[in-house]
Amino acid sequence: MADTPALDLGSSRRVGRVAPDDLWRWAARLLAVSVLIPLAVILGSWLYFDPGVWSHLGATVLPQLLVNTFWLVAGVAVGTLLLGVPLAWLTVMCEFPGRRILDWALMLPFALPAYVLAFVFVGVLDFAGPLQVGLRGLLGLPPAWSFEVRNTLGVIIVMTLVLYPYVYMLARVAFLGQGQSAYEAGRSLGLGPWAAFFRVSLPMARPAIIAGLSLALMEALADFGAVSVFNFDTFTTAIYKSWFGFFDLQSAAQLASILLTIVLVALVVERRFRDRARYTESGRGGAQRRMRLGGRRAIAASLFGWGVFVLAFAAPALRLATWAWGAVGDLDLRYLDLFVHTLSLGVMAGVLTVSAAFVLAFAHRYHADYSTALSVRISTLGYALPGSVLAVGVMLSLTWFDNRLADTIEWLSGEDVGLVLSGTVVALLMAYFARFLAVAYGPVDSSLERIRPSIRDAARSLGAGQWETVWRVYLPMLRPGLLTAGLLVLVDVMKEMPATLLLRPFGWDTLAVRIYELTSEGEWERAALPAVALLLVGLLPVIMLVRKSAH
Amino acid sequence: MSRLMFSVLLAGTMLAPTLVSAEEVVVYSARKEHLIKPLFDRYTEETGVSISYITDKAGPLLQRLRAEGKRTPADMLITVDAGNLWHAAESGVLAKLDSPVLDANVPVNLRDPEGRWFGLSERARTIVYSTERVTPAQLSSYEDLADPKWRGKLCLRTSKKVYNQSLVATLIARHGEEKAEQIVSGWVANLAAAPFSNDTKAMQAVEAGQCDVTIVNTYYFGRLQNKQPDIKLALFWANQDSSGVHINVSGAGVTRYAKHPEAAQRLLEWLSSETAQAEFAGSNMEFPVNSKVAADETVAAWGSFKADELNVNEAGRLQAAAIRLMDRAGYR
Repeated sequence: MADTPALDLGSSRRVGRVAPDDLWRWAARLLAVSVLIPLAVILGSWLYFDPGVWSHLGATVLPQLLVNTFWLVAGVAVGTLLLGVPLAWLTVMCEFPGRRILDWALMLPFALPAYVLAFVFVGVLDFAGPLQVGLRGLLGLPPAWSFEVRNTLGVIIVMTLVLYPYVYMLARVAFLGQGQSAYEAGRSLGLGPWAAFFRVSLPMARPAIIAGLSLALMEALADFGAVSVFNFDTFTTAIYKSWFGFFDLQSAAQLASILLTIVLVALVVERRFRDRARYTESGRGGAQRRMRLGGRRAIAASLFGWGVFVLAFAAPALRLATWAWGAVGDLDLRYLDLFVHTLSLGVMAGVLTVSAAFVLAFAHRYHADYSTALSVRISTLGYALPGSVLAVGVMLSLTWFDNRLADTIEWLSGEDVGLVLSGTVVALLMAYFARFLAVAYGPVDSSLERIRPSIRDAARSLGAGQWETVWRVYLPMLRPGLLTAGLLVLVDVMKEMPATLLLRPFGWDTLAVRIYELTSEGEWERAALPAVALLLVGLLPVIMLVRKSAH
Repeated sequence: MSRLMFSVLLAGTMLAPTLVSAEEVVVYSARKEHLIKPLFDRYTEETGVSISYITDKAGPLLQRLRAEGKRTPADMLITVDAGNLWHAAESGVLAKLDSPVLDANVPVNLRDPEGRWFGLSERARTIVYSTERVTPAQLSSYEDLADPKWRGKLCLRTSKKVYNQSLVATLIARHGEEKAEQIVSGWVANLAAAPFSNDTKAMQAVEAGQCDVTIVNTYYFGRLQNKQPDIKLALFWANQDSSGVHINVSGAGVTRYAKHPEAAQRLLEWLSSETAQAEFAGSNMEFPVNSKVAADETVAAWGSFKADELNVNEAGRLQAAAIRLMDRAGYR
C-alpha cells in the first residue's frame, strides 16, 4: 500500500519553463499567504506586551478556563466520535428500518447554528423552563427540587449535537468510497464483524474521521455564541473579555495566537502519526449490497439514529417553529433580500474555498516539498480562531492595504478617492476564505488520500496529460468529497456571524445578521423566525448533496 | 503610461458608484436595526437626507473606525452604553461638537464633558423582585443585596455584560475599590444559581422560584410584563435614600473624520429633539433624555424615581477596574 506521493520530482527540475510541479507549489504558497496575512496581524500583537492584563487573567480566571476548555474539547471529541462514526457506518453499510431517511436526515443538525441549539436547550431544560416547571407542578415538588443544565456537561451535549455532523458526513463519504469490498475481504480472511470494522474499515476511514473531528474541535474552541448562552468560560471568553472589557486588542490577539499555536501543534502531531501509514482504496466503491440487520439489532440501530435526529434536530426545530409562528408578523419583503444575500455569499465563498482547497490538497499530495506542506498547514489554521478575531485581522490588513492604495492614488492624482476594497463583498469573501478554507480542505484532502497513485500513473501511461488527468480522472473521483466540502462551507458561511457583521457592505444584511439583531436584545422568540428561515435555506444544499452522493 | 492617465483610469473605474451622493449620513450603530430604522426612515422622509448604516457590536465597529482612519465612510457612531462611548472618545475617533441644541436637550450628566458624545436615551438598571416572596419594605439598595439575609435568594446576569460592568464602576466611584469589592463578593455569596446570560432569563428564574431578587434594565422587565401582564414580579427603585437608580445611556457622537459632519450633527440634534425622543426611547421602553418629552405610557406607569447623577462618563473610565474587581470576587 505504500507509495511515494511525489512522483513528479524529476520533471520539475527542467530549466527554462515552469514545470507543473512548480505551478502547483506556487499556487499553494499564494493561497497560504492570503490566509497568513490576517493571521500575521494577530501574531504581530506580540510586538507589544502589557503584563497588566496577563497577570490579572492569570491570577483570576485563566486557570479555570483552561480546565473548562480542556473538558470541552475532550468531551466534544468523545461525543462527536461516538455519534458520528457509528451512525455513518450504520447508514452506509447496513440496512435497517428508516435507514434511507436517516442517511440524509442525520446531516440536518448541521444547518442549526450552535448558539440557536444552545438557547433552545437552556430555554427548555433550565430551572425556569417548561420541563422542570411542568415536572414540579405535576409531581407537587418544592421549588428547591431542580437539576442544573447550565454546566460543563450541558455545553458538551449541545456542542456534540451540532458538531457530530462533521464527523458523520466525512466518515460517510469515506465509507461510501470503501464500498463493501474492504470489509468483505476482512470477513473472508476470518475476521468477525466487529474485528473487520475495527481493523479494516475504521483504519481506512481514519483520515476522513480525523479531518471531521479536527473541524468539530476547532469550531468548539472558537465558539463564542453557544458558550455565552451557558455563561461557560473558555479560552474564547478570555479573548472577548480582554478585547471588549479591557479594550485591549493586543492581549486579546496574544491569547488568540496561543490558541492558534496549540491547534497548529496538534495538527502537526496528528499529521506525523498519519504519515506513517497510507490509506488508499481498491477501485471498487459505489454500488454495494448492504448488510441487512435483523431483530433487536435493527431496532437498536433505528432507535439510535432516530434518537440523535430527534434530539439534535427535530425537537429544537419544532420549538423554533412554534416560536417563529408567533413572530410571523415580522415577515416582510426584506426577507427576500436576506435570502438572496445569505445564499449568494454562501455560494461565492463555497466555490472560492473549494477550488482553493483542491489546489492545496493536490499540491500537498503530489507535489509536496517542505514549504508546500507548511503552506497547507497555514492555510487551514483560520478555522481555529474565534470568528471576531479573524474578522478583525482581515479588516485591519485590508484597511491598511486600502489606505496605502488610496495614499498612492492621492499622490498620483492629487485626489483622495477613499477606501476602495473595505466595505465591499471582497472584504467579506476574504474573511470567509481565511476562516473556512480548513472546512473545505478536510473533505477534499481525505478523499484525495484514498485515491491510489497508481490510478494517476495509469492515466498518464494511457497518454493523458497533467491537466487531462486532473480533469477527467481526479475531479470525477473526488466529486463526493468536493460536494461535501462545498456544502460544509456553504452552510457554515450562512451561519457565520461575526465576520459578516463587521465586514458586510451597507445593506448586505443576511439571515444570521437578523438573528444577531434580535438575540442580542434578548428577543429569542422573534429570532426564531430568521433562524427557521436559515434552517430552510441550509436544508436545500444538504438534500441536494445527498441526492448526488448516495448512489 | 503617464501618471495622470494611470490615475484617471484607476479612479474612473473604481469611483463611479461613490460619486453619486446627494446629502447623506453614514452611521455605524451598535443599537439594533429595528430600534433605529423607523426613525431613520422618518428623518429621510422629513428632510430628504438619506441614511445608510451597518449594525454590529460596539467593539468591532470602533476597531473598524480606528483602522479606517481619516478615510472612514462613517459620520456617526451609535452605542448602547456609555462605556463604549467613553472609549471611542478616548481613542480619538469622535469630534468635539459645539451645539447649543444638544447642550439644551441632553442633561449634563448624560453627555461627554468635552462634547464628543451625547446620551439619547436613558436606561435604568434596578431591582426586580418576586411579589410572592418579597415585600418592598425588605428592599433598599444594590449594596443591601450583599447582606447575608439574601443568601441563596439572588440571581444575577453575567458580569461579562457591560451593563453590570457599568453598575459596578459606579460602586467603585462612590465607595472606592475595597468597599465595592466587598459588595460584589457579598452578591456572589448570595447567588442562588450561576449567573445568567441575559436579564430576561434572570427574571424568569425569579418568577419560577429559583431566587427572589435580581437586577435588570427596566425595558427587559417591560417586555416581559407586556407578554405576561399578570407576571408575579415588580420593579423596585433602588438607592432612593442614597445615590439613586443606576443610569446608563444609549448615545452617539459624530466621527472625527466624518465626510458629512454638518449633516451628521443635524441628525444627532434631531434625534435629541422633542420630535424624535418619544420614539427613540419609547420604541424600546427606555427613558427619553430630553426633559421636555414624557416617557412612554408603560414606562411612566412604573412611577418616577431618583436617578443617579454621577456622570455616565465614569462608567467608561472605571470599566476595566470594575471587570478586574468582579474577576477577583469570582463573579462570572
